[in-house]
Amino acid sequence: MPSEVGQIVWRHRNVIDVDCFTREELYFLLDQARHMENVMDRPIKKVPVLRGKMAVNLFFENSTRTRVSFELAEKMLSADVVNWSVSGSSHAKGETMRDTAWTLEAMGADIVVMRHGAVGSAQYLASKLKRAIVLNAGDGTHAHPTQALLDLYTAWKHLGNLEGKKIALVGDVLHSRVARSDIIAFKTIGCDVVLSGPPTMMPREINSLGCRYEKDPKKAVENADMVYLLRIQKERQQDGLFPSVDEYHRWWGADDDLMKYAKPGALAMHPGPINRGVEIASEVADGHQSVILEQVRSGVAIRMALLYLCGGGAR
Amino acid sequence: MSSDDLNRVIKRIAHEMVEQNKGTENMILVGIHRRGVYLARRLQKIIEEVEGTKVPCGELDITLYRDDLTMLFEQPMVHSTRMPQDISGKNIYLVDDVLYTGRTVRAALEALVDLGRPSSVKLAVIIDRGHRELPIHADMCGKNVPTSKNEVIEVKVTELDGKDEVVICERDAQ
Repeated sequence: MPSEVGQIVWRHRNVIDVDCFTREELYFLLDQARHMENVMDRPIKKVPVLRGKMAVNLFFENSTRTRVSFELAEKMLSADVVNWSVSGSSHAKGETMRDTAWTLEAMGADIVVMRHGAVGSAQYLASKLKRAIVLNAGDGTHAHPTQALLDLYTAWKHLGNLEGKKIALVGDVLHSRVARSDIIAFKTIGCDVVLSGPPTMMPREINSLGCRYEKDPKKAVENADMVYLLRIQKERQQDGLFPSVDEYHRWWGADDDLMKYAKPGALAMHPGPINRGVEIASEVADGHQSVILEQVRSGVAIRMALLYLCGGGAR
Repeated sequence: MSSDDLNRVIKRIAHEMVEQNKGTENMILVGIHRRGVYLARRLQKIIEEVEGTKVPCGELDITLYRDDLTMLFEQPMVHSTRMPQDISGKNIYLVDDVLYTGRTVRAALEALVDLGRPSSVKLAVIIDRGHRELPIHADMCGKNVPTSKNEVIEVKVTELDGKDEVVICERDAQ
């Protein structure tokens, strides 16, 4: 582990995106997550740091793994957890998010974890809450900060100091909140980020993100320390952004042949759930370079660290 | 307290531990982060010199068990908890630098219980400065130092602070 972790004063109340973090804060957070991960290995996977706090998981979009990951993290820190599902809720009956926010606070929520399809929804919720903190679990195509942080944490555990490491992000960058947050996180910590995928799935502002674009995934992956495969949402196929799933896999799908261009032992990562045979072949998803399941575990540790720092330890 | 005084105190506590435990069998030293960890390692070394047995030594972080997080000025930093083996059925010797309100020890006991069921837990501290807020006492104590609440006792260890000494300062002068 790199020795760059120092004591800092945590100044973040909400986590809307990763662009609020400095490099030092990211390393501090990774170090705290490392200690939180130790709790997961104990016979009693529970510490009392958020005892008496109420966490509400407010999911306007379906998500199993992110919600369960947050719920596990909250429970391991002894928070009381309420899962607020949108179907059948007052929101479906026409309640505004502002009223939902005030309702949550009136019920005594201390922590609100929200996923929503609209860009900026987490920021809006945070602006309406006077006491409770907000952790963004994904807002539209804007940001997915905890996913980016768990990716960073997984890479840090394997690669150590990440400065100068080459990261290849392959797939649908345009529609991916994971990609946006990952780019910011890995760039902040000093990585060289290269994007690849169909030109129809690339954002126009690639240069302003500080990344390079290589249409040929082999060039993007060449000498990479980590290859990150983005999930192709099959509904995009109807938008005509790529000709067919088979052709996508042939061009940009990660198989052993593509991974040979990366550094020996390079990490293969994916935010899940994976589409086998589309953006990733089973030989890579299940291969020795894959850290996909480790990312899932890292997610709990990172979310514990954020819950602790924003919701317990700092105030 | 000078470096020599501190070393004498640590040696005495090491002997007391072995005497109380009637040897080193079933014994585990557990240092409370941060300085307790270094003190526990020193005790381990002395016991090894005296008894010829290396007693297992662990480290315990109690940050996630504190009940006063909201009252702290600085961001409490979580450290690792590492036990050399299962603590169930063992005689645990908790080691810390200063015993004050007793809240750190309470948190440490709670953390230990989450890790297993020790046969017994004993507490060793370098300084007992009084002002207890919980019914906790040290089984082995280097020195009792009556203090005012406006004072702070700093136990410095070479491994962390570059020198061994114990000093009393005014809280505002920190």
